[in-house]
Amino acid sequence: MTEMFVTYSVLAVYSAMAIYTLAFLLFTLDLARRSAASQAVAVSDAASAVATAGAAGTAGGGTVVLERTNVAVAAKAPRYLRAATALTVIAWLLHVTGTVLRGLAAGRVPWANMYEFTLTATVIIVGVFLAVQFWQDLRFLGAFITGFALVALGLASVNFYVDVVPLPPALQSVWLVIHVFVATLGTGFFALGAGLSVMQLLKERRLAGKAPRLTFLDTLPSSEKLENSAYRLIVVGFVLWTFTLIAGAIWAGRAWGRYWGWDTKEVWTFIIWTIFAGYIHARATRGWRGSRSAWLAIIGFSAVVFNFTIVNLFFKGLHAYSGL
Amino acid sequence: MDSSRPSDHIDQSPAGEQIIQPRLGFVGYLRFFWRQLTSMRTALFLLLLLAVAAIPGSLVPQVSSDPNGVIQYKAANPGLASVLDTLQVFTTYTSVWFSAIYLLLFISLIGCVIPRTRHHLEALRAAPPATPARLARLEGFTTRNTTMDAAAAVSIAAELLRRQGFRVAQYSDSVSAERGYLRETGNLVFHTALIGVLVAVGFGGGFGYTGQRVVVEGQAFVNSLASYDSFNPGRFFTDGALEPYTVALDSFEVIYEQENLSALGQPVDFTANVTTTLRGQDSSAATVKVNEPLTIGGTQVYLLGNGYAPHLTFRDDSGAVVFSQSVACLPQDANLFSVCVIKVPDGLADQVGIVGLLYPTTVTLASGALASNYPDLLNPTLSLEVYTGDLGLDNGRGSNAYALNTDSLVQVAGRKADSPTIALKPGETAQLPGGLGSIELQSIPRFASLDVHHDPSQLWVLIFAGLVVAGLVTSLFIPRRRMWVKAVTSSDGVMIEYAGLARGDDPGLAAAVADLADRHSALVPGDAAFRGPSTSRE
Ligand code: HEM
Repeated sequence: MTEMFVTYSVLAVYSAMAIYTLAFLLFTLDLARRSAASQAVAVSDAASAVATAGAAGTAGGGTVVLERTNVAVAAKAPRYLRAATALTVIAWLLHVTGTVLRGLAAGRVPWANMYEFTLTATVIIVGVFLAVQFWQDLRFLGAFITGFALVALGLASVNFYVDVVPLPPALQSVWLVIHVFVATLGTGFFALGAGLSVMQLLKERRLAGKAPRLTFLDTLPSSEKLENSAYRLIVVGFVLWTFTLIAGAIWAGRAWGRYWGWDTKEVWTFIIWTIFAGYIHARATRGWRGSRSAWLAIIGFSAVVFNFTIVNLFFKGLHAYSGL
Repeated sequence: MDSSRPSDHIDQSPAGEQIIQPRLGFVGYLRFFWRQLTSMRTALFLLLLLAVAAIPGSLVPQVSSDPNGVIQYKAANPGLASVLDTLQVFTTYTSVWFSAIYLLLFISLIGCVIPRTRHHLEALRAAPPATPARLARLEGFTTRNTTMDAAAAVSIAAELLRRQGFRVAQYSDSVSAERGYLRETGNLVFHTALIGVLVAVGFGGGFGYTGQRVVVEGQAFVNSLASYDSFNPGRFFTDGALEPYTVALDSFEVIYEQENLSALGQPVDFTANVTTTLRGQDSSAATVKVNEPLTIGGTQVYLLGNGYAPHLTFRDDSGAVVFSQSVACLPQDANLFSVCVIKVPDGLADQVGIVGLLYPTTVTLASGALASNYPDLLNPTLSLEVYTGDLGLDNGRGSNAYALNTDSLVQVAGRKADSPTIALKPGETAQLPGGLGSIELQSIPRFASLDVHHDPSQLWVLIFAGLVVAGLVTSLFIPRRRMWVKAVTSSDGVMIEYAGLARGDDPGLAAAVADLADRHSALVPGDAAFRGPSTSRE
């Protein structure tokens, strides 16, 4: 039974990776196509700018034109994008299946070692990405997210794979379920926030005339809008991360007899929390809104990735659950 | 706009910055310094600095969490280690520099929170500010026309806003409304609760204690200073904090994985069955498990380790028992191959020291050496190398129970002696060389290593942490906004203007203004003939 679940789980994960690859290619193609389209749009842009500027009055023609541009692109040729999104959904369903099967094989939640954790983390990151589309069209981050999931899954399958083993007593706790799940969910929001911040920075570079070849940026929302969306996502991530920190402390209090002991993993969770608290402050500090806070968002997410990879694998600490 | 915020807060008009110029005089400089310390920029800088300062402690082992790692590190890199030692990197989180950063941060925090709290308490009692003269430049500006009389239309708007939870100030031709005071309340609760966490943690560290004790099956320990193997009191600890109780370890059960071949022998459950007795009360049975500490007498008792403690009996040449007790052995690997150190200072002709190697499930390797290939006691062997001479116990220096200093000892049985290593199975007896006497391995019980913690502020830390989350969620997701509705009467009729102002991030504001306009104009009779300049902006 276990054997069978494991086999199908691996199969599902590999299939998901294959389809993510296709989705990634299509997302990239879409960005390239936007580049071509943006030149065409630029012409109609000028016309609509004249048309809207009068009507908008004091409202500021700039924003209005930009909305138009988006609408024009989205309406004109969304084929690649739609296909890419559909493929991502299919790959994600397979990915979920693979993860659930892994959990069934082990008879517990599928996040007790690096392999399983990567599996679940990427499921959640892609899941957050898909869910966020109902709130706001962020499909232009598709290449970033599917690319990230692919690299992570590849690494996990090749380097982190371990057989199903029972949970050691220290991990047998409801807090494993809560703490790790919430941490991963938070990571999903941070990932999107970082992606938006990268776009924001690129966009600012392009406005400054420094990225002449990245014409697809013209089809994205204004850098201010990107920044606001990033902020709203990261703030959700921050609340989840705060909860992770507290839940982790409660668990550590039960399992290790102290709720905080500056174990390496605790240190990095704290560092990440502090960076994002800094990010939120930066957004409210004159002179720091804009590209500086965007950098903090990116640094924060890099710290999350670092915490999960380097710290788990190479740093010594009580959180030795990588299973490797 | 909001004088309670630090002057470099994004909502503050840049004009406020001029105040930052130092005025002459001592007080002027103090004030200047205080303003700098409580500015957003300083808070941001200190936060980021704190993040960076926390990094070294994760790269270098810490005395608090990994004392052995520190010793090894120092042995491996003596030069670097002495520099790091001077810089207090092995105790990063209690170091002067780390403490300085977070103390400054919290002083800044207090300096920031106090004036804001005062200001917020005033704002909670004050009416919303007067309606601005020109609404057209504000967020979500939109207009509707009505045939209704201006004052009546304004009254209806005020009622609508009130029902949406706004605090409302009504003027003759306009209404000013504000809601979301909870946002600021949440922010203040959040920051204040952070101070609470810090204070509670500090308090708990000062008045609490932790103690470690190894307990063998069949034995008991008393919660008193003398019975701990090691004890770490907080700075303000007094003996009175130890509530006397006993915990007896009746049995220690381990369940090993036996089906899954990739995890054969991996422990899946540890249970310490204990009998607890509080002074003057009846005993009761309880268990301690890895994720389930026992709460007793204001302390938590944690199960943090386990192993084997062979029960050995030494008899002198006349057959009289001179030593009979269980000796806890330190596990060395997952199959519980363990090292035991046994010291018999009195009773035999010579002081005897023994290094024992315990193999719970003994196998013989190709090299002829013994090893253990399963952690349970399936086929145990205790092999003993015996030394005689001076154990070094009488020189007044404390000695480590888990190490044998062989400097002034001579091996009498073992690889370096004439007599071979002694190997015993439970129930067996062997003669010590030189007619010293005999040694019997009576049984191999297990031991549990228990950690006892007393942290009087733990609950407070949890409560403040809960407030941190509650404050955070409130302040991040409750929009704080102002809305205005104004009736402008002209020869053409009455035009109603609507507009809002966000205070902090508020993505839904424009939609909320439009919604208010629609609801309101549905309640006041409109004028289809009139077409005023109706615009809206996102
Ligand atoms: C221990 C250090 C601190 C941490 C961890 C921290 C964290 C945070 C967080 C997470 C937020 C966003 C959530 C909320 O609004 O409640 C925030 C907001 C804020 N903090 Fe802090 N803070 C710290 C110290 C300070 C200090 C020293 C100041 C004063 C200079 C300050 C002033 C503010 C202000 C004004 C806001 C509102 C920002 C806005 O308008 O969006 N904080 N802080």
